[in-house]
Amino acid sequence: MVVRTLNGVAGEFRLDIPAILKDCLVSALIALALAVFIIGLRTTDGSGGLGLDFRWQAVGIAVVGVFVGRFLLNLWWARRTPKPKVATAEQGVAASAAEAFKTFVKVAAPMAVIGAVVLPWMPFADRYLLDVSILVLTYIMLGWGLNIVVGLAGLLDLGYVAFYAVGAYSYALLALYFDLSFWACLPLAGAFACLFGILLGFPVLRLRGDYLAIVTLGFGEMIRVILLNWYEFTKGPDGLSGIPRPSFFGLPFTRRVPEGTESFHTFFDLDYSSLHRIIFLYYVILVLALLTNWFTLRLRRLPIGRAWEALREDEIACRSLGINPTNTKLTAFAIGAMFGGFAGSFFATRQGFISPESFTFIESAVILAIVVLGGMGSQVGVVVAAVLLIGGTELFRGLDEYRMLAFGGAMVLIMVWRPRGLLAHREPTLKLSPAPTGGGPP
Amino acid sequence: MSVDGPPTATAGTLLAVEHLTMRFGGLLAIDDVSFDARDGEITAIIGPNGAGKTTVFNCLTGFYKPTSGRLTLQAGSGLFLLERMEDFRIAQQAKVARTFQNIRLFPAMSVLENLVVAQHNKLMRASGYTFAGLFGLGVYRHAEQDAVELARYWLEQVHLTARADDNAGDLPYGDQRRLEIARAMCTEPVLLCLDEPAAGLNHRESAELNELLLFIRNQHRIGVLLIEHDMSVVMGISDHIVVLDYGRKIADGEPAAVRNDPNVIRAYLGEEEDEALPPEVARDLALEQGPADGGDDAGGRA
Repeated sequence: MVVRTLNGVAGEFRLDIPAILKDCLVSALIALALAVFIIGLRTTDGSGGLGLDFRWQAVGIAVVGVFVGRFLLNLWWARRTPKPKVATAEQGVAASAAEAFKTFVKVAAPMAVIGAVVLPWMPFADRYLLDVSILVLTYIMLGWGLNIVVGLAGLLDLGYVAFYAVGAYSYALLALYFDLSFWACLPLAGAFACLFGILLGFPVLRLRGDYLAIVTLGFGEMIRVILLNWYEFTKGPDGLSGIPRPSFFGLPFTRRVPEGTESFHTFFDLDYSSLHRIIFLYYVILVLALLTNWFTLRLRRLPIGRAWEALREDEIACRSLGINPTNTKLTAFAIGAMFGGFAGSFFATRQGFISPESFTFIESAVILAIVVLGGMGSQVGVVVAAVLLIGGTELFRGLDEYRMLAFGGAMVLIMVWRPRGLLAHREPTLKLSPAPTGGGPP
Repeated sequence: MSVDGPPTATAGTLLAVEHLTMRFGGLLAIDDVSFDARDGEITAIIGPNGAGKTTVFNCLTGFYKPTSGRLTLQAGSGLFLLERMEDFRIAQQAKVARTFQNIRLFPAMSVLENLVVAQHNKLMRASGYTFAGLFGLGVYRHAEQDAVELARYWLEQVHLTARADDNAGDLPYGDQRRLEIARAMCTEPVLLCLDEPAAGLNHRESAELNELLLFIRNQHRIGVLLIEHDMSVVMGISDHIVVLDYGRKIADGEPAAVRNDPNVIRAYLGEEEDEALPPEVARDLALEQGPADGGDDAGGRA
C-alpha cells in the first residue's frame, strides 16, 4: 500500500507532501513497534536477579531517525522519477562523466605515481605494507601485460600464468645452471616468454572467443604439468630453491660480508636492515610496471596498437583493409607474454623459491579478473582493480575462510554496479585538430 | 606467378573476371560468369536476391577461394591474379577496397581512428614496423600527420567532419554507410567494391550517395564495382551493368540496353505464363491490353 502511494507521487512529477508524510508516519510507527522491544527494553543484572531497563530516549532517536530517513528517501525518489527529464539528463551525465574521468586520470595518475615513489619513506611503511605493495605492483604489471592481449587485441587468454611461469623458471634455471645475474636474465626471461607467446599464438590464430579461451587454458595447464613432471630439469614439485637475490649494481643485500667484498650497507655506511632489500625490490617492480605502462600507452598510439583494437572490433573489416591478422595477433601475444615473463623473473628473485604450485589456473583467473573488473583496455582501471582485488584480499585476511566469499561477493557487486568494468571509458588515440590549411590531398 | 598466354585484360580494363565458378558443396552459387570492369567507370552488378552478387564480391576480395576461374586486376602497379591471393594481401597489394552489406566499422573506435586504421600499412612502414615510432621519431609523426590529413579530406567529402572524435558506433545508420565508404577510400584503392551502399538509406541520403560515387569516379578516376538493389542509384550513375540470376550472367551492357533486355525483365518480373491463366481470363486480358508490347513498359518500371 505504501509503495502504491509512492508510485502515485512519482507518476505526477510533483511532491505530494501529505502522501509522503503519511508514508513516513507509517514507517515511524512500524519502527516504534519494533524498537520498543528490541531497543527499548534492556535486561539488567540487578541485586535481586534480572531487572528491566526502559531506554525511551534510544527508542525516540530510532523512530525519529526512521521518519527523517524515510522522508529523505521519498524526496530522492520524487526527484529522480520524472522520466523525460532523465533521458536528456543522462546524456549530460555521460558527457560530464567522460570529462570527469579525464580530469580524474590527469590528476590521479601522477599523484598515484608520486605516492608509489615516496611510499617506502612514509613512517607507516613497515615490512608488511611493503610486501603487500610489491604483490599489488606485480599484479598491476601482470594486468597491464594481459591488458594488451585481452583488452586491446580482444583475444581472451585464460593461460596467461604460463608466461609468468616461463619467466620465473627462465630466471631461476639460468641463474642456477649458468650463474647469470638477475639483470642479465631479465631480458632473457622476457625473450623466452615472448617466444612461448608466439608458440601459443600460431595454433590459435584461427580461433576466437570461447574456443580461444579453452586452448589458452590448456596451454597454461600444459606448461604447469611439464614443470611438474620434468623432474631432472625443473626439480618438479620440489621446486627450485636458492634462487639468487638481486644485487644493487653488484652490491648484495646481505648482513655478513665475505672478506674483501662489500655489501649494500657497508658501501653506503648504513646499519644493516632487512628492509633495504625489500625497498629495493619495491622500486624494481615499480620501475618494471611503469615501463610496461609507458610501453603500452605508446603502442596504443602507434599503428600496431590501433590495429590490435581494430582486430578486437572486427577482424573481417581488418582483412578488407589490408591488415595482416596473423602478424597483428602474434605481436599481441608476444608482447603480452614478454611482460608476463618480466614479472615472472621478478617473482622468482623476490621469493627465492619457486614451484609449479605458484602457477595454477587461479592465478590466470585473478589476473583476468583484474583486467575485466578494471574495464577492458583501461590502464588506470587495472591499477584500481589490482589494488582492490589484491590489497582487498589482504584486508580481508582476518575473515579466514570467509575471505574468498568476501572476494567473490565484491566481484559480483562490482559487475552489477559497473558491468563494463570500473573505468571502462576509452579515449580516442587521435583527435582531429582544427584544419591547418583549406585543401587536402587529391 | 605466371599467366598462361597473353594477358587477357585489354587497355582500360581494370578487372577481368573470366569463367568464375563458385560451388558450395552441391550448390552452384556462381556458374561460369565473365565480365570486365573498366578504370574510371562505375560497374553495377544487379540481380534478384540470391543471384550470387555478394559471392562474386567475396571471391574478388579473397574472402572465398573460387572453385575455378580467373580474376585479373591490371592496375598501374602491375598485374594481379586475385584468385591466388590472400584476402588481406588483395587489399594491401592489389589495392582493392570493399564495403560490406551489413556495415562493418570499428564501433568502439572514433570516426577518425577508423580512417587512420585504414592507412595501417602505410603507417606501419613509416613507423619502422613500430620500432621507430616507439621513440617518437619525426618520420612517423609526419606520416601520421599526412594520414590525418587524408582522413580529414574524406571526412569532408562524406560530411562527417563534425563527428570525427565520436565513436563510429554512435553514428546514425546513414552516416555509418558513408563512413565505411570513406574508410575504404582511405586505403587509396584502384578498385572500390561497394556491397549495397544504398540499403537502408532514405531518398535524400541515396541522392547524396549518388553524388559521392560520381565524385569518386570523376575526381579519383578509380574503378567502382557496385552491388545495388536501388534502381534509382543503379540506373542513375552506372556506366555498365552486369545482371546475374541464379549464379549465371544473363545480361551485360549499358544501362539503357540492360533495362530493355527481355532476359532481365523475365528474371525480375517472372515468366509470362499465359498458358497458366484460365482461357477466359487470358482472353479478357488480351482484349484489354490490345497488341502485346508490355515488355518495354515492364522494363521501365523495373
